[in-house]
Amino acid sequence: MGVVARTGAPDRHPELLAQQPTDMPPIDYAAIAPVLIVLVAACLGVLIEAFVYRRQRWAAQVVLSLLAVILAGAQVIRHARRINTGGTTLSDTVAVGPATLFLWGTLLALALGAILLIADRSIEPGGAFVAETNTAETPRQPADAPGAASASVMDRATASVAGMRTEVFPLTLFSLGGMMVFCAANDLLTMFVALEVLSLPLYLLCGLAKRRRLLSQEAAVKYFLLGAFASAFFLYGLALLYGYAGSVKFSDIADATAGSLRSDTLLFAGLGLVIMGLLFKGSVGPFHLWTPDVYHGAPTAVTGFMAACTKVAAFGGMLRLLHVAFGASSWEWHWVLWTVAVLSMVIGVVSGLTQRDVKRMIAYSSIAHAGFLMVGAITLTERGLSATLFYLLAYGFTTLAVFGIIGLVRTSEGEATHLSDWAGLAKRSPLLATVFTFLLLALAGIPATSGFMGKFVVFSAAFSAGMGPLVVIALLASALAAFLYLRLIVLMFFNDPAPDGPTVSVPGAFTTAAITLGVVVTLLFGLAPQLALDWASVGGFVS
Amino acid sequence: MNLLLALILLPLLGAIVVALLRGNERAAKPVALGFSLVELVLAAVAWLSYQPGGARLQLSGSVEWIPQYGISLSFGLDGIALVMVAVIALLMPLVLGFSWRERLPAERSRGGFFALLLVEQALTVAVFATTDLFVFYVLFEIMLIPMYFLIGGYGGSRRQYAAVKFFLYSFLGGLIMLASAIGAYSYAASVTGRGTFDWATLRGVLADAPTSVQVWIFLGFFAAFAIKAPLVPLHTWLPDATEQAPIGVAVIVVGVLDKVGTFGFLRYSLPLAPEASQLLAPLVLTLGVIGVLYGSLQAFGQTDLKRFIAYVSIAHFGFIALGIFAFTSQAQVGAASYMVNHSIATGMLVLVIGMIIARGGSSRIADYGGMARVTPVLAGMLLIAGLSTLSLPGTNSFISEFLVLIGSFATRPVFAILATIGMVLAAVYVLRLYQRVMQGPLSGTALLDSVGGPGAATDPEVAVDSGSGSGASRLALRDLDGREIGVLAPLVVLIVLLGLYPAPVLDVITPSVEATMSEVGVTDPVTSQGGN
Repeated sequence: MGVVARTGAPDRHPELLAQQPTDMPPIDYAAIAPVLIVLVAACLGVLIEAFVYRRQRWAAQVVLSLLAVILAGAQVIRHARRINTGGTTLSDTVAVGPATLFLWGTLLALALGAILLIADRSIEPGGAFVAETNTAETPRQPADAPGAASASVMDRATASVAGMRTEVFPLTLFSLGGMMVFCAANDLLTMFVALEVLSLPLYLLCGLAKRRRLLSQEAAVKYFLLGAFASAFFLYGLALLYGYAGSVKFSDIADATAGSLRSDTLLFAGLGLVIMGLLFKGSVGPFHLWTPDVYHGAPTAVTGFMAACTKVAAFGGMLRLLHVAFGASSWEWHWVLWTVAVLSMVIGVVSGLTQRDVKRMIAYSSIAHAGFLMVGAITLTERGLSATLFYLLAYGFTTLAVFGIIGLVRTSEGEATHLSDWAGLAKRSPLLATVFTFLLLALAGIPATSGFMGKFVVFSAAFSAGMGPLVVIALLASALAAFLYLRLIVLMFFNDPAPDGPTVSVPGAFTTAAITLGVVVTLLFGLAPQLALDWASVGGFVS
Repeated sequence: MNLLLALILLPLLGAIVVALLRGNERAAKPVALGFSLVELVLAAVAWLSYQPGGARLQLSGSVEWIPQYGISLSFGLDGIALVMVAVIALLMPLVLGFSWRERLPAERSRGGFFALLLVEQALTVAVFATTDLFVFYVLFEIMLIPMYFLIGGYGGSRRQYAAVKFFLYSFLGGLIMLASAIGAYSYAASVTGRGTFDWATLRGVLADAPTSVQVWIFLGFFAAFAIKAPLVPLHTWLPDATEQAPIGVAVIVVGVLDKVGTFGFLRYSLPLAPEASQLLAPLVLTLGVIGVLYGSLQAFGQTDLKRFIAYVSIAHFGFIALGIFAFTSQAQVGAASYMVNHSIATGMLVLVIGMIIARGGSSRIADYGGMARVTPVLAGMLLIAGLSTLSLPGTNSFISEFLVLIGSFATRPVFAILATIGMVLAAVYVLRLYQRVMQGPLSGTALLDSVGGPGAATDPEVAVDSGSGSGASRLALRDLDGREIGVLAPLVVLIVLLGLYPAPVLDVITPSVEATMSEVGVTDPVTSQGGN
């Protein structure tokens, strides 16, 4: 039963954007409750920063964040049970249907794991984020001030005294809220606002690493600058599309593309620019340049959050946009995204092979995976949609666990991410090496893991949609990509460890929980994917 | 179903138990052997309960797995799968027996080694037993993982390279096959409205598919199987894998794992793409014959004992491919029985060569000479394995090779004649190897100098009588002990028995081969000499 009132006034005139006195549109609170919960919790988090004693902040923030995510998740499930097709609300700016709810559920579940990783204070004493203030030498200057180099936070003793900045939690929640709106946006303007809401906190989060400050700050600046450009492209594309369709709403754009005599130049220039912004966020190849540096420089827990959740949000938004607004014009742009998918796979795999750092390697692997996701995203069939949703879910959990594990391998100077540090890890810590191998095999798409099921459903949907050659290319890319992961497995199992190599930290309860979550889901969806496939069979997007 | 399920799950259970016991080698070894022997008994029971004239797939059963895609965990055996399951069950105890005291790389536990071997056994049985194309693909790829660790963890000095090469070749082939499987699924979905991966259903649907569709499907499967049962341009992983793998693993690779490829031709390529199989048969036949000749010549030129075995196998796989794609029931029965006999003959050859290497600590042929004088039993075993490999009449391989040649001569005389040259070459390379290693005066650095030195096996059989002068008489090179004879004896018995009375194997295989032939829609030429 669609509870949602369709308030979309029949007058689809440009004046809609202009200020005019209108009645408050009816709001379906049940539908948007998950977003509200997350955003309210984020605001509360900011208040906690202001009013709670420093020593209690961490506990308060962790409890609040986890509670908010769990509550929002419960509301998603409750709402998913109640609706059939869903509908739009808030003057048609937000559409909540089964597909959106699936994406929200995925985002919340992944965010739960990411928050657990971020909250861990046992691996890096005091947490992986920069401390509030420096000690003795520069008492007044915050440690995350631009010029503050890493000297005083490099040694373990100092680091353990100082706590971590707890702003990371509200920042994460804001970003999460933005991602959720992004997947539900029913017009380009809402989408743009959501894009900014999800991006800005991420830029900050990237720069907050406690160790290797300069690298972290460089990552943040790079991400911010390139991200700002991508947003600008998106905005320009939005303007062109508005010029084309006379509206920013997806459904109006779809109507306009279906047999009109308007200028196709505006349409395709606008679509190209908008898609470019989305591809940037999803770190799809040739728009991937920020990915390795940012993944490398950001605190590992944040990298996990970005790799898992941002990808889901970006592809969720892209799926919505392509399905709802540009389905009818697909024959015009299809080949462009076809090429993008191939490029992304090739760039990810080939560049990944040359990397000497685990985090950068996984970054390139995520670019290759973005290529595989593109294959699913451009099928534009119901099966393709559910396959891509399943892939996102599976990939998110695996990646989260991967970054959880990367954070465990450390020397006294912080994480040891250079490949040579991982040599012979199986001798030091067989359990960690085995679990990591399993996750790498999942990324490679070996059967009995969720990674394989994801690839299988996406490729078979694409094949049915008549994209046989693309599927073959994707399969060849998968084979090449396997070498990427095998290299690491060889290193861990068959090489001798360096005498002064890194140690494997014993993970705290939070990290253990996050990694376990990722591994269990990876195995479960590999062996018994029926359930998740059922959830992912969402039919289509509402608009 | 129950028996077949037990055949798959028992080694897996054994692997878990052995893995838990791996700290305690004295307990792990007998437990592993015990599980493999029980498996052998189960396989014997399965063989006895199989009715050659009965249903196409017996002992079958099925459980739904992913209903959305028409995938179920379904299993069943035809005659060809049955004999392959029996071969694995037979070889595994022998491999464990051989590896009982084999030297492993430092810090590797024998319990882990045995556990991985048992996992591999379970997966291999399952891959032969499954009747769902998707499950077949899944097992085909998962099978690589334990093998990857077996080669990469326990092999020789270049084991990492060999393991990665092995994995990537097979994985690539598997993915191309996946494209074909998805293609078959999509075609079935477009025809019947509901996609499925069930082998029997797909067979019915695809038999009427247009040739162009069949050709693509065939080529995808062909890529996977031609890599697995190495046909010549795609064979280069096998010599490396065989050379670097420990002997026991090499037995499983050439004896069982590669047969998945030829089995795949019979079970999947031919019935799922019947027209394309006949259309493209000349391609496969050409590669097969090239394999026979090239493998034989390479075997002749090898300086390394283990690479020698690999090239011998490549030559034999050429024969098997020839038999399968000649499309006469004689040739196909020959090919299917060759799969068994090659496992027995080459398996024994690998084991004997492993025993030679255990004594000399080197795998270079030039490091050996004149061993027969000191180790007559070992020499005799090498001779028996060698004669079976070159298909001497009276040994098991002869009847298979004979059937392949006579069957393929009926339809493809040119290929058959070219392949016959391979038989002659086989005699040359086998006997030359025997001559160099066993006959003449005792010589070779491995036997005279390096015993006890670095790189030598620590097997207690080999020891230098260090008291007095030089030469052969100073060397206490021991002949086979009871354990080693026990490992080889069953194979010797089978070589002779199946050489004289091949009916037990042929009776089981023939109905399945005839069913395959009728699925392809081919009938034998009226007179087996007349056609061309």
